[in-house]
Amino acid sequence: MTRVAVVRFPGSNCDFDTLRAAEQAGADGYFVWHRDVDLKQADVVLLPGGFSYGDYLRCGAIARFSPVMQAVQRHAAGGGPVLGICNGFQILCEARLLPGALLRNAGLTFVSKPVDVIVERTETPFTSDYEPGARLRLPVAHGEGRYVAPPDALRMLEAEGRVVLRYVAATERSPFQPNPNGSANHIAGICNAAGTVVGIMPHPERAADRLLGLTGGAGFFTSLVSSHQDSSNSRISSQ
Amino acid sequence: MTFRVHVRVMPRAGLLDPQGQAVEHALTALGFDEAGAVRVGRAIELDVAAGSRDEAEARARQMCDKLLANPVTEDYLLDVEVD
Repeated sequence: MTRVAVVRFPGSNCDFDTLRAAEQAGADGYFVWHRDVDLKQADVVLLPGGFSYGDYLRCGAIARFSPVMQAVQRHAAGGGPVLGICNGFQILCEARLLPGALLRNAGLTFVSKPVDVIVERTETPFTSDYEPGARLRLPVAHGEGRYVAPPDALRMLEAEGRVVLRYVAATERSPFQPNPNGSANHIAGICNAAGTVVGIMPHPERAADRLLGLTGGAGFFTSLVSSHQDSSNSRISSQ
Repeated sequence: MTFRVHVRVMPRAGLLDPQGQAVEHALTALGFDEAGAVRVGRAIELDVAAGSRDEAEARARQMCDKLLANPVTEDYLLDVEVD
């Protein structure tokens, strides 16, 4: 079974939803506290949304230095999959596991609404169950979601196909503004060069159950389970 | 010795600063037409125990590079005074 560590910081508030979505996809999910120094043999690490350490100084700036993040750094350096959702994405940028930063929304207001995104990269452990170009409706809920990066970093992300999610208008008549925060190139999520570390602003865990009204996000969690099974099988067959 | 360090963290020039724009609009609305190019940053003050002013500044610079400012989006200025 895929072991999935959901990291909780003081101020995390999407931890239960994220754990439940992973469990519903068939993962063996459990919580890890920010003071923990090991991830208990995690196959996959999820950094949930919220307001870690009160968002003091900058979003994710203090969480980056918590003891558990040293373990997450080692996990990521060894090729282990990491998904940061919303505040988790902010933490991954502050930790330099992903390039760029997330700044105050261009409209200055906290944005909480469904948005339409396109899955541009399916070669990640979190999007492999989607069809390339799939359109999803996922909720966003953030005040600091405006992705920025130096021009050369943005060019690199585009050239290497590392934009995982991009805001789009679903149809001509979409009720949603395509880009809720003014992010560069309408970026909603990116990954590292290997595709193993992914950060996204939308909340797939809030769109992973019919009871919640939207189910398009479930694929992130089924992907992490099937990707892990595939990699385990290929390890076994190569032995 | 103890030094009082004043850190001014500002959004990097050229980056959109919506807070600065909003404050500028508010100033204009209040009749301060002479105000322009408003930018909003953050001020941090702290005591630094060090043997010399240079040492205090060097340590404060490390604090900025590591935590107090984000090198991707922000610039900072330091002012060190003897407490």
